[in-house]
Amino acid sequence: MAIFNLTVNNKKVKVDVEPDMPLLWVVRDFADLKGTKFGCGMALCGACTIHLDGQPTRSCQTPVSSVGKNTKITTIEGIGDGKLHAIQQAWIEEQVPQCGYCQSGQIMSAVALLKSNPSPSDQDIDSAMSGNLCRCGTYDRIRKAIHRAADTIKVSEKGIGKN
Amino acid sequence: MENIKATRRDFLKTTGLTSFGLALGISSFAKDAVVKKITPAIIKLEINPFIIIDTAGNITIVNPRPDMGQGSTQAVPSLLAEELEVSLEQVKIAQSDGKDKYGNQTSGGSSSVRSLWEPIRKAGAAAREMLTESAAKRWNVPVIECYAKEGTIVHKPTGRSLSYGELADDASKLEIPKNPKLKDPKDFKIIGKYNKRLDVPERVTGKAVYGIDVDVPGMVYASILHSPSLHGKVVSIDDADAKKIKGVLKVVKTERTMPHRTSEAVAVIGTNWWAALKGKKALKVNWDNGDYEKTLSTEKYFAEAHVAAKKEGVNFEEKGDFTAKYNSAEKKIEANYETPFLAHAPIEPENAVVHVKDDGTVEIWAPVQGPDWALRDVCAYLKIAPEKVKINVTLLGGAFGRKAYHDFLLEACHLSKELKKPVKVIWTREDDITQGPYRPGMVSHMQGFVENGAIAGYHHHAIGESILGQVFKGLKSDEADPWLSEEISTNNNKYNFATASKVSWTNVKTDIPIVWWRSVYASNFGWGQECFIDELAHLAGKDPMKARIELVKDERFKKVLETLGEKSAWGEKLAEGQGKGIAVFKSFDSISATCITVTKKDQGVTIDKVISVIDCGYYVNPDNVKAQTEGNIVMGLTAAIKDGITFTNGVCDQSNYHQYNVMRLNETPKMEIYIVDSGANPGGVGEPGLPPIAPALGNAIFAATGKRMRKLPFDINNLG
Repeated sequence: MAIFNLTVNNKKVKVDVEPDMPLLWVVRDFADLKGTKFGCGMALCGACTIHLDGQPTRSCQTPVSSVGKNTKITTIEGIGDGKLHAIQQAWIEEQVPQCGYCQSGQIMSAVALLKSNPSPSDQDIDSAMSGNLCRCGTYDRIRKAIHRAADTIKVSEKGIGKN
Repeated sequence: MENIKATRRDFLKTTGLTSFGLALGISSFAKDAVVKKITPAIIKLEINPFIIIDTAGNITIVNPRPDMGQGSTQAVPSLLAEELEVSLEQVKIAQSDGKDKYGNQTSGGSSSVRSLWEPIRKAGAAAREMLTESAAKRWNVPVIECYAKEGTIVHKPTGRSLSYGELADDASKLEIPKNPKLKDPKDFKIIGKYNKRLDVPERVTGKAVYGIDVDVPGMVYASILHSPSLHGKVVSIDDADAKKIKGVLKVVKTERTMPHRTSEAVAVIGTNWWAALKGKKALKVNWDNGDYEKTLSTEKYFAEAHVAAKKEGVNFEEKGDFTAKYNSAEKKIEANYETPFLAHAPIEPENAVVHVKDDGTVEIWAPVQGPDWALRDVCAYLKIAPEKVKINVTLLGGAFGRKAYHDFLLEACHLSKELKKPVKVIWTREDDITQGPYRPGMVSHMQGFVENGAIAGYHHHAIGESILGQVFKGLKSDEADPWLSEEISTNNNKYNFATASKVSWTNVKTDIPIVWWRSVYASNFGWGQECFIDELAHLAGKDPMKARIELVKDERFKKVLETLGEKSAWGEKLAEGQGKGIAVFKSFDSISATCITVTKKDQGVTIDKVISVIDCGYYVNPDNVKAQTEGNIVMGLTAAIKDGITFTNGVCDQSNYHQYNVMRLNETPKMEIYIVDSGANPGGVGEPGLPPIAPALGNAIFAATGKRMRKLPFDINNLG
């Protein structure tokens, strides 16, 4: 075992785990953040998506030893900064989730997309979101919700600009 | 209302604390003492098994159908809340625990609303009547002057009101009325209206608790090595490397219990699941696969099915002498349609936490579709009484039929009993895909003929393994499987073949474990039925829409088809290379029809649009009907053009999502859903949208390219 000092959702977390343990199991079972999900263990389904310094990353394929202590790890629990993120709000408005199990990963991918591309086209959404599987089949609503969130963010930014 | 209740409860606690604390004068004592004093003051009263009202005014309604994404956490409580005259915001929803008093509790067969439509509304109405009567007695006024409103009973002439909490004690002493009066549907405030699901916020913030998220103090983790040939025997275990892994506690021989047989397995127990998984990968186990390497083969299974297709099956129904008429018919065709074995592959893999305790009781936390059925299985397996078992049903991260099969739960029971500790079993994706159970692969042998320009004769010979036979050991050898035969009967599809028709069945057995999969046999046989009706329509020189409307003897079917025709602009001119196909199928008491438009591209086609129409009778939330139908479009297309499950030399050829691909967002076509309001008794919603998808696609491909697809799955980019 080895000690790792991590920064998860802006909090310092110290864990004593094997160096090859994927970040997925570290955040779930050692940082007690269960929102990040296990789906395939091979980076095929995207259910385990988190952000490392804002970049969407498959945590099931990221050994804890590869993550620096200053790397900012963000999970679904930390995305809203105490309130709902515009993406989460849009997910509620469009009633996206069915079982909801994959949605943490979907949302993490969508948040990263909007950060790098505030006005994504359907094609942009296709390429950013095709790594996240949803077996319930909520894809059509995910598309709509991303467009909705993009519009909301634009409107609120305009508002701030005017003030 | 929520706030008011919270305040009221806090008020009780606060006042209790202060007065009692002061009276005693010992603050360290006060907390415990007050809890003891307060607890009896808040009495939970069960008005009936589904409604619990405590004297502090909290209302809990019990949902007897686990939620796997189909929306039962909204749908079923809505039925109760409607009659109880409360809003869903006012109540807490609890999940039933499998005990007899809740009746059937299995989410399956799209049954939640259609089977609970009356009994659960009656439970709500009975409670409302009991509360109303209690209020009337309290005020000494006629019952007729009192009515229920938002969790209170109001006395109309004076405007006085009493909350349900204030009346619960009196109400619980009354006899439960046998025939409470149900509301007139025109007065519904919740049922049939768009309402947001209240559990969506927890599903977008990572707070929702699925089976895999449960932690119990003292728990150990297990990863289980299953037999690659599913039923092989363990010859030897070399666990030296596995035991060297940090965090691995133990390696134990265990078992996987399926309804049709029990297989041997080896479990690695760890202080965390990653360690257990690494241990499993380091195990060296020799298996005796017996003759499964020869017998466990999908190629062999389908070869047998195609041989059976050339012979007569066991008849389920026959009108006219089909064989004689077919033999003498001038214009006739026959064809075999095939559907593969499929894994459910819910994103949350199978998992369970079980604690077999020293005192002989058992506690379970698991994502199971039916706590009642799980309870029966656990009691039979551990040979204990139901009173000794407590099942906590978590949310299910998808299921589609898979989590009504309790092999993974019984594995956790076995290990916990052995280790005398709470054990959390988590399957890997590879376990999920290689081990089954699966939707059975099926063959439809279709025959039909045309007389005087009309489809006049039809025979559907269904061939394959039976769930009733394998899982329930309930199929007689001379019997046509009634579950699937009913589904493809003329009683179900409402097609009226003027001269002769027949539905028959041949059972081809396999040791590959099977179970129901979203829409069950309708997902198999919709393909043969609806593509072949298309073939017959073309043989008769008829438009496929017109041919169906002429053939079908049922007004609801007609209305669904006509609505689909209108919404899809059926009959309007198509662009070059475009084709449209339709299909209609009734399953779980709902009629669903789909139109798919495709365009030729290179060696394949692209899907331009999917339009589905559903008549599910009365429904709770139109948005959820649409959501489920959207999901069915995606799952139905996945079943048509993504991977099937195959077994070669006793081993599953697929292991994870790279070999068992499911549809992704970038492949998802545009879709539109329309609901036909027939006002009929509720039908299912979770599954009926699926069966028409594959045949509508097959028929569209024929329209666009002239190629008739008969075997699923196929490559949409290369139709061959």
